[in-house]
Amino acid sequence: MIEARALSKRYGDKVAVNDISFTVKPGVVTGFLGPNGAGKSTTMRLILGLDAPTSGEVTVNGKRYAEHKAPLREVGALLEARAVHTGRSAYNHLLAQALTTGIPRRRVDEVIDLVGLREVARKRAGGFSLGMGQRLGVAAALLGDPATLILDEPVNGLDPDGILWIRNLLRALAAEGRTVFVSSHLMSEMSLTAEHLIVIGKGQLIADTSVTEFIDRASRKAVRVRTPQATQLRDALVGAKVSVTSSEHGVLEVSGLSSKEIGRIACEQAIPLEELVPVQASLEEAFMELTHDAVEYRTENLEGAA
Amino acid sequence: MSTDTMTGSAAGAPSGPARHRTELPSGLRVTQWGVIRSEWLKFWSLRSSLYSVVIAVIGMIGLDCLFAYASVSRYQHERTLHPAEALQFHASDTAMRGYLLVQLVVGVLGVLVVSGEYGTGMIRSSLAAAPKRLPVLWAKAIVLAAIVFVATTVSSFIAYFAVQPILNTQGLGYALTSPGVLRAVFGVGLYATGIGLLGIGLGWIVRHTAGAIASLFGLVLILPSVSELLPDTWQPHIVPYLPSNAGSQLASANPDPTGLAPWTGFGVFCVWIAVAVVLGMVVLRRRDA
Repeated sequence: MIEARALSKRYGDKVAVNDISFTVKPGVVTGFLGPNGAGKSTTMRLILGLDAPTSGEVTVNGKRYAEHKAPLREVGALLEARAVHTGRSAYNHLLAQALTTGIPRRRVDEVIDLVGLREVARKRAGGFSLGMGQRLGVAAALLGDPATLILDEPVNGLDPDGILWIRNLLRALAAEGRTVFVSSHLMSEMSLTAEHLIVIGKGQLIADTSVTEFIDRASRKAVRVRTPQATQLRDALVGAKVSVTSSEHGVLEVSGLSSKEIGRIACEQAIPLEELVPVQASLEEAFMELTHDAVEYRTENLEGAA
Repeated sequence: MSTDTMTGSAAGAPSGPARHRTELPSGLRVTQWGVIRSEWLKFWSLRSSLYSVVIAVIGMIGLDCLFAYASVSRYQHERTLHPAEALQFHASDTAMRGYLLVQLVVGVLGVLVVSGEYGTGMIRSSLAAAPKRLPVLWAKAIVLAAIVFVATTVSSFIAYFAVQPILNTQGLGYALTSPGVLRAVFGVGLYATGIGLLGIGLGWIVRHTAGAIASLFGLVLILPSVSELLPDTWQPHIVPYLPSNAGSQLASANPDPTGLAPWTGFGVFCVWIAVAVVLGMVVLRRRDA
């Protein structure tokens, strides 16, 4: 369980996180979404006490992170792939972490096997690929068998096998009743992994909701119809609650009617249909729509500047 | 969400960590001793620190032998030109100078123990494991001090015994029991340990390797030279109190008569170290990692 209350962080003049409150509950994977620079990593650093909040508070399992007697037992964190000394072997890195808290050596071997780094465990971490680095970070996070896991962009640099692996791992961890908090800027990945979403942009909380609700809320449900008699069909469909738009010749986008109803009306009017497709906004689109104003770095429109 | 993706098997995909779950002992907690053991492992698991220790040991012994040969030839030269002055010649001053270079190796090692973690991002792992932070600072200081003290003290004594046969070719050897000699041979280890701790303190304050090493060299090497430019009336109030001037009095059998008494000087040196470490503590506690 992670609880943030009115959490703010300011670096000089720049507000990285602005008065956000949320609760991450155990038992489900909670996705932490936002464009790059939205404040995700800052929030995670605040949770772990690496940075001190300017105001507000965040607790993990009821206490501030630093107040736990054995923080590695409470919270496992994958902050960045590179929170490892490049000159040290994976095994020694994990063992050094374990020694601080008295975690036994056999647990180090267990997590190495769990993430599949057995063969390279004695090699210098500096020579690891991005994917191997991520696996090492996951091993470190699991070291204390913690009730809460915090992972910042864990799929970065992983190959498709690795992505599937991490997805299954996160779900399995949540299914065991753990709190799993995963950040990502990839919507599609979150739609497959997370059940709950916390969305931020420009340091502000934009949404705190389930994945399905999130899509519903932001989605325009529409039906795309392709027909050679577009004009007749539009006249037949348009009504008080129905709007029809067209972006392409012979293609209509109808909202307010189900595809079943459109098909029936077309049949009555003897209008042939070539395509009848319900269109649902993807999580990606929902996200783009919600964070439209909250994107930190937008491509400048160069025409105006010329 | 379909369950199909869940049953997909990837290489090394766990069927649930429950299978791998271990019964960890209850009552685990972060202890200062645990953090010290962790830092001990961290120190020896980097090749660079092993090399530094080896270089310090070999450097001390090798350079002292070289300086001893140089002393012998200088003595022979002086004896022919100024027989009277040659009587004042103290081989103990000139032969055991290896520590002047070894202090730099040890100081850089102290810096790297800290700045290496900031440079690589390792510090975030260290502070996540011990979020009270100060135990990490103490552990690093204790581990470095212990290793440097043992390595430099042992090599200082070996160097002492190695240079005597060289000096004795001209009858210049000196006994450990001669005034100040045992203190000086032992003092080399203490002084080098102090420089290592100064490096650690600067590492915590500056965080960047290059900046911290520059500050260390500035403090230890450049400041004493620059201070020579001060007006003559100021010099006695400043020059003897600079860290390397004060600390190195202990490492010399015939300390500079214009400087502080050996143990007084070492006390002043310890104040410098304390200031650096306390500033490091404040920075570590206050500043974001």
